[in-house]
Order: sequence, then structure tokens, then C-alpha cells
Amino acid sequence: MSATVTVRIPEALREFTEGKHELTVEAGSIADVMAGLKADGYPSLIRHVCNHEGQLRPFVNVYLGERDIRTLEGFRTRLAQGDVVTILPSVAGG
Amino acid sequence: MNGYDRRLEDLAERIGRIAPEDAYAATRNTAALLDIRDPEEWAEGSPAGSIRLGRSFLEREVEKTIPDKGTPVLVLCGSGVRSLFAAESLLQLGYRDVRSVEGGYEAWKRSGLPYERPGIIAAADRQRYARQIAIPEVGDEGQAKLAKARVLIVGAGGLGSPAALYLAAAGVGTIGIVDDDTVELSNLQRQILHATDRVGNLKTQSARQTLKALNPGVQVVTHDVRLDVANAEQIVADYDLVVDGTDNFQARYLLNDVCVKLQRPYVYASIFRFEGQLSVFWPAGPGKGRSPCYRCLYPSPPPRELAPSCAEAGVLGVLPGVMGTLQAVEAIKLILGMGDTLIGRLLCYDALAATFRQFRTTADPDCAYCSDQAAFPGYADYEAFCAGAGAA
Repeated sequence: MSATVTVRIPEALREFTEGKHELTVEAGSIADVMAGLKADGYPSLIRHVCNHEGQLRPFVNVYLGERDIRTLEGFRTRLAQGDVVTILPSVAGG
Repeated sequence: MNGYDRRLEDLAERIGRIAPEDAYAATRNTAALLDIRDPEEWAEGSPAGSIRLGRSFLEREVEKTIPDKGTPVLVLCGSGVRSLFAAESLLQLGYRDVRSVEGGYEAWKRSGLPYERPGIIAAADRQRYARQIAIPEVGDEGQAKLAKARVLIVGAGGLGSPAALYLAAAGVGTIGIVDDDTVELSNLQRQILHATDRVGNLKTQSARQTLKALNPGVQVVTHDVRLDVANAEQIVADYDLVVDGTDNFQARYLLNDVCVKLQRPYVYASIFRFEGQLSVFWPAGPGKGRSPCYRCLYPSPPPRELAPSCAEAGVLGVLPGVMGTLQAVEAIKLILGMGDTLIGRLLCYDALAATFRQFRTTADPDCAYCSDQAAFPGYADYEAFCAGAGAA
């Protein structure tokens, strides 16, 4: 089952999305979101978010709504139509 | 007999009186004991559990404090004279059972009845903090808590500047500032503690100058050092809570680790161009569910090439103003124990979109630093940790 999902891209990752703040993908799970974004022409974004084994890097969090996908089912977390996924990297400026 | 004496005699006849011991017994029942003396007198001591409402605000405020006109009200002053006048006023306001405590606080104390020394604010401070004391959640007690509080701000930069200014303005008694840098012209677009004529001066000295000018009552302790493994514990141990105004991952992980070890609340914020992140980490803190630490949120930092600094990436000057100000709000809430802090939540501000979004943060049950089972694993080599991290 696939759903249309909005992916929010924060400032620190927009260099990998040609400055786009939001992307839309068809995805049934978080894993589908990553695969979809890679296929849609954002492989460098995915390289930043996931390591070589395809696991989430320890300085990036992915949220479904307000919830960290690590507290759900990780990349297997299922998505519904209209869900909003936020990719949030650690920043250190002050 | 002059007019005053006549009036006093008249009041003495009309107003019922109660001995301190009986007043004490009555307050253990339903009666309200109202200490109508001045704040300076309360500072010397006031009956334990009494309602403190100065004579000058009595008529205006008493109905908010004691809404039920049937409540027995026992009025206490210094020696039992002012309380007669106050009691008459209360009768006129409609309170039905009003008595004056015989001999006032002097007699109360002589009788060996319990008293306390509430946190009291001097007259000049009362004026300075009037708008804040007027908030019921703050009041005299809260203001006294702020005066006793010791807050460490690490970094007198973009985040540290507004945080320090607002905490000093609010009357936080002791503010420590850690920074080993000097003021540069390029700082002034956002680091509002400093000024053009102080370019080249130590940031800690500049900060002290600004904060003392704003509020001379605040003690500013300067630490002209870069926070490192050798000095961090000794510095942090002297404070109740830490505001993170640093600008690099090494300092943030060190600060997290020392705060976990010393069980201090850690008020975190970080920024990038138009966006800021804010949270409070306090694994040792009270409340339901364990608070995560910074490592639970981000176990390790990105490699250097993926983590541009403000110098490289740029930052909108007002952004740290917003985030540092929010850090001051969280610090004040923690000091006063009021409201819901950002423990367990990450607040993200996007200045361009003008949105605040929040995300839930959860404690990592396997966190090497803060999980229940974890013994403190020791400090890391933060330079190596931050240089080599992120590849995993």
C-alpha cells in the first residue's frame, strides 16, 4: 500500500534538495521514502541520512509527525496518506 | 485625648482580639492568619504558614487571597495596633469573623510559636521586579528563588547574549559566563552583550560590563577559559543549571556529559542559518519518565565536512536572539519549578517559514551516559570523537 507523503527538509539539508523545503513521495513505509527520494534524484540527501548499510546515521533523526521513527518501527514504520515526515540533522551553531 | 487615641480606643472596643496561642490553634482549623506588616518586617520572621499581604495592598488584594467572607481572619501586625485598623477595614469589606492577634508578631515570637523567614525582596528590588512579582506564579517567593539561583552560561555569543541579558534582567542572583574569546566586529550582528568600542576585549569582561549596567545586583562570575575535560566539572559544579551557548559539537557533548554526571539540567539550543533547535536535558530531574540526554537525541555528531559552522554557513542575527531568549525562559521555569519545560521535547523554530514545530524526544534505554544502568563511562576525547564520528 502506497501513500502520498510530505517530507520536510530543514535548512541544513537543502543543499542536497536544490533548496527545496518539502518533497512529496509515494511511500508505504519510511524505507520507501528513502528509496523514493534516492530514485527521484536526491541520492546525496540519502547518503547524508543513511550509512552504507542503509541505517540511519547517529546525527540525523527522522520523525513521523512528532514521533521519532526509532521509537516506532524504524524504517519499517508504515505510513498513511498525508503523513508528514521530517528529516532533522544535528546542528551546532550558536 | 487626641483623635488617634480616641479612634484606637474605639477600635479596641469593637474589634475582637485573640491570643497568639489561640490564633495558632485556630489556623490549624479553618482560620486564615494574615500578616499585614511590611516586607522588611517579614524578612525578620513571620508566622509559619501565614498569608503575607502588606497593609498598603490589603483592601485591593485580600478578596483574591481569601475569597470566602465567612473564613475566620486573624490579623497580625508588629504589636497589635496596625492590625486593629486593618481588621476594621476587613469588616467593612464584608468579612464576618475578623480578629486582631494580641501583641502582634512580638507576642507570637515570645510565645515560642513557629515562624519562618520567607525569601524577602528589598524595596529597590521590589520596584525593579514589580511586573514579575505581580505574576502569581512568581511572586515574592519566586523572586527570592531567582535571586538565590546560580546559572552558568557557556559561550557569550549569539545564544549566550540574550540568555544572559534576560536572566540578569529577571534577577538571577549569580550568572557565570564561560568564554575565552575576544570580541570581534563580525560578532556584533548577533552577540548583543558586546559593543563596538569593546572589539578586542575579552567577551567575559564585556559581558560583565553589560550585565552589571543592566542590573548591578547580579553577581557575574567570569571564567576566561575554554571549557575542557580538565576544568568542566569544577566550573559546572558551582551552578544549579547550565545554558548551552556554545557553537561546536565538542563543547556540546562535553557539556552534556558533565551535566549528566553532576545531575544538572542542561538547557540546549543550536542554530543554523534560519533554523534553531531547543530542548532541556535532565536525566536526574524529577517528573514522570526519564528525561533523555543530548546523546539520546543525537548519539554522535556529523563529520566535520557535513557540519558547517556559523562562520562558514552564516546565520541570521535575530535567530540566536530568539533561541537564546527561549533558553532564558526554560532556565527561569526550571528555577521556579513552574510550567512545562522542554524535557522530552525538541522545539524547532524556522524563521523563514515563521513556524514552531515540536518533536518528542525519548531516553535511549541503552545510553552509555544516562541510562539507569549506566555508570558514568568517563569523559571522551572530544576532539577525536567529533573528528571521527558520524561515519557509523
